[in-house]
Amino acid sequence: MKRCDRLVDVGRRQFLRGGAVATAGAAAATVVPTDAKAKPGTALLRYPANKLANVKDLKTNEPLDVGYPDADAPGVLLKLGKKVEGGVGPDGDIVGFSTVCPHKGFPLAYDGDRRTLNCPGHYSVFDCEAGGQQVWGQATQNLPQYILKVDDKGDIYAEGVDELLYGRLSNVL
Amino acid sequence: MAYKRNVDRLPIIPKDAKKHNVTCHYCIVGCGYHAYTWPIKKEGGPAPGQNAFGADLSKQQGPETEAWYAPSMYNVVKQNGQDVHLVIKPDKGCAVNAGLGSVRGARMAENRRSDITGTQQQRLDQPLVWRYGTWQPTSWDDALDLVARVTARVIDKDNEDDLFVSMFDHGGSAGGYENTWGTGKLYFQSMKVKNCRIHNRPAYNSEVHSSRDMGVDELNYAYSDYGLTDTIMIVGANPLETQTNLFLNHMVPGMRKGAKVIFVDPRRTVSINAAEIEAGKESVLHLAINSGTDLALFNAIFTHIVEKGWIDKDFIAKSTFQGDTAQPQNAQFPAPLGSLEMAKAECKMSVADAAKICGVAEADILKAASWIAEPKDGQRRKCVTAYEKGIIWGNDNYRTIGALVNIGLATGNIGREGGGVCRLGGHQEGYFRPSDAHVGRPAPYLDQLIIAGQGKVHHIWANDHYKTTLNASEFKRVYNKRTNMVKEAMDARAGATREELVDAIVGAIEAGGIFSVNVDIIHTQIGQCAHVILPAVESGEMNLTSMNGERRMRLVEKYMDGPGSSKPDCLIAAGMAQHLERVLREEGRNEYADQFKGYDWKAEEDAFMDGYNTAHPDVTYDRLRAMGNNGVQEPVVGFKDGKLVGTMRLYTDGNFTRHGREDKKALFCGGGWRGLQAPGKATQKANYKFLINNGRSNINWQNWFLDKDNDFVSDRYPYPFLEINPEDMAELGLKAGDLVEVYNDVGATQAMTYPTPTARRGETFMLFGAPTGTQGNVINAGVNELILPNYKQTWGNIRKISDAPSTVAHLSFKSKEYTTG
Ligand code: SF4
Ligand code: FES
Repeated sequence: MKRCDRLVDVGRRQFLRGGAVATAGAAAATVVPTDAKAKPGTALLRYPANKLANVKDLKTNEPLDVGYPDADAPGVLLKLGKKVEGGVGPDGDIVGFSTVCPHKGFPLAYDGDRRTLNCPGHYSVFDCEAGGQQVWGQATQNLPQYILKVDDKGDIYAEGVDELLYGRLSNVL
Repeated sequence: MAYKRNVDRLPIIPKDAKKHNVTCHYCIVGCGYHAYTWPIKKEGGPAPGQNAFGADLSKQQGPETEAWYAPSMYNVVKQNGQDVHLVIKPDKGCAVNAGLGSVRGARMAENRRSDITGTQQQRLDQPLVWRYGTWQPTSWDDALDLVARVTARVIDKDNEDDLFVSMFDHGGSAGGYENTWGTGKLYFQSMKVKNCRIHNRPAYNSEVHSSRDMGVDELNYAYSDYGLTDTIMIVGANPLETQTNLFLNHMVPGMRKGAKVIFVDPRRTVSINAAEIEAGKESVLHLAINSGTDLALFNAIFTHIVEKGWIDKDFIAKSTFQGDTAQPQNAQFPAPLGSLEMAKAECKMSVADAAKICGVAEADILKAASWIAEPKDGQRRKCVTAYEKGIIWGNDNYRTIGALVNIGLATGNIGREGGGVCRLGGHQEGYFRPSDAHVGRPAPYLDQLIIAGQGKVHHIWANDHYKTTLNASEFKRVYNKRTNMVKEAMDARAGATREELVDAIVGAIEAGGIFSVNVDIIHTQIGQCAHVILPAVESGEMNLTSMNGERRMRLVEKYMDGPGSSKPDCLIAAGMAQHLERVLREEGRNEYADQFKGYDWKAEEDAFMDGYNTAHPDVTYDRLRAMGNNGVQEPVVGFKDGKLVGTMRLYTDGNFTRHGREDKKALFCGGGWRGLQAPGKATQKANYKFLINNGRSNINWQNWFLDKDNDFVSDRYPYPFLEINPEDMAELGLKAGDLVEVYNDVGATQAMTYPTPTARRGETFMLFGAPTGTQGNVINAGVNELILPNYKQTWGNIRKISDAPSTVAHLSFKSKEYTTG
């Protein structure tokens, strides 16, 4: 929990010139997983199906901090206001991404004008409207995106991630 | 959707995995990595005692952890015939990169050939010979016999001019001291081939003649100089993208310590954006000059600092030539060389005139001069200058590079801490060959000779003229035709004996054809014309030594098998020599055959000992292995306490030696501004609307030959991008992702529109070296006096050929510049 808060907070702050200096921030709206246990002996990794938020919690272009598949893996939910591939919800515009840079694990910050997640580590830029494609950068993978589902009540669930998360050799620990 | 691997977990490196030293072979920087291998049915575990890191992997690891690797750093490969897991991850202990990987190097593992995971199936795994209208796999002996028999028919003891050779001269990749020696011994010792060229240019020549003629080797500093300096000057280079970890691990710390940064480049690059973030906008000066006017700018800065007296008088008196002219201008020397006084007179350029020519403000030129040379607190200012293809492949190469070195010499900034005037480099270096003096200067313009119908047999070692040469439209047209003549002759004699076949080939050659032998790791575009294809291995599939941009020499330890029967180039060259010797003896040409003795190498280490070690007896594989990923900076000066002793930076004693002058005095270059120097450039500029500036990108760089088979990379840019101003796009009726044709007086090519608000009107930038759009098609044949190509000054028109195809529908066309959010 502690590490997660730190990463999310750092990810949200305005970055000072010259690198990562953490500042204090408000508590993150991190959701605690209900079931993070992998079942051994299957071909596919079992992801927990975690409720991350309700569509009502999301405002267009305002990132909501979440953790998935567990609280130590910070990420965001975004309502982009425009239907995108992989987007869910009534408008097909809700997406979720890891916010740990897949290059060296620095926390990403959201640029609402460009709708990109940007990394203060080595300047990588990921496009939230294009499946987390690395617009430019040093990561060797595009940004891990959540596989999302929305139920009748508008609850948003994550059910998996499409790339390996930085800092873990198994997405579910 | 963007490409995703959907890898949820990776095998864990066990405690007892084998660990090998690896220097990334994808660019000049040469970052340190380790390759871990372990048996296919084993893996480590998450508990600290179970894995190579001693880390608890059941927990999320923090930023910059050593205990993580991306799916791109993993593969399954063969080692001594067995399937093994392979992880190649950056080495935190390496002074070059301190644990950083780049978007290229951190994919080394994924870019190995694997029959298990299916990666890099394009790698050649056996010799191929053109037979029955296609390429048929065969044995080394069969393939080399044909090469030797045809080659022997066109060479003779004192005339090897009909054998044309295109051969890499670099380190890293599949180059290195072993392989440059193997090929060098064959063509420059056993033979004296003069019609040859290097992998990236149409002649066998230096890219920096003037710096060397002035006494200054082009790699004279240490990377740590960027952290010890007052000013960093970057000319015609984009180091964040093309020398990534040099920028991140050495230049950025210098900027954070307060160094000012000057960029000379017509284009705003991501390097400039990053420098503004790190150093602050007020400490970054971007001189966005008109394309090709660098010389005018440097001469004005030089004139100004000399007039102001911001020069190092003691250094000039002690270390530079006194008098007037030491070397007059002539056909070999495109500018006179001599004293500061001589250069001052020849290079005279006022700041006002330069401002007009370059299209930048006088105040900015003055600011640059002051940042470079104005004493600071009564002390000499330190300035490190780095340049690359912007001027190497730019207008008036000789004089422009000379003018930059002039500034370094005048201010005493060469051979000093925090100084250096260096090229940044592309590949690593690894050159050790017999003398090339017989090639001559200016060297033959090989590509033009081929176009003119000369050359009968062409040996090609890891060159792809089709993707990377200039005047490529014409070259391809002629080369296709000439090699097809030979293919047709071979097809017509299907079923013939070897003698009959060789006669048929020689008949086609005499009628104007050319016999093409292609040694490479993949089937290249020019390889489509080949009659014999010979598969080579690359770094890591063999032991390989190279040095990086600060002359840091390392041994990459072989950690996997090469594909099939592929071999190190040095051993392929040895095989060619042995077959030539045999064939020549059979033909009774015994004296000539004797020249091809001395290739009984069993392994690459034998080639290293036969070549490099003879000149540097202290340096052996065992000693280099012991020096690990930090290696030793060349030149090696001794072996002490179990360690090789190197040289951190050159010329610290103030003696300049690269020109071979006995007085060891550096020379200044007296090259005045003379406009666009190469033939056809000024006319092209006048007749076409757009500058078609060109170069590489972060993701598409030297290892593109592999990356064309890499899904992550191809997904980002299925076509070469053309950065263009949105208003220009509107005028041309273009939308993001549209395909355009770029055309001019010499050819045409295609690219994908990438809207770029920072691009100036009328100035585009096209990605160079793409398999899906050869930028070289529109570069004219113009070269400088010493046959240095001029890629950067190219003008053309643009027309739309297609709406954005479905293959680009998922692409992001957003700005590549990082913002602080
Ligand atoms: S900067 Fe160059 S040497 Fe270093 S990892 Fe990247 S490609 Fe390899
Ligand atoms: S950590 Fe994000 S770019 Fe390096």
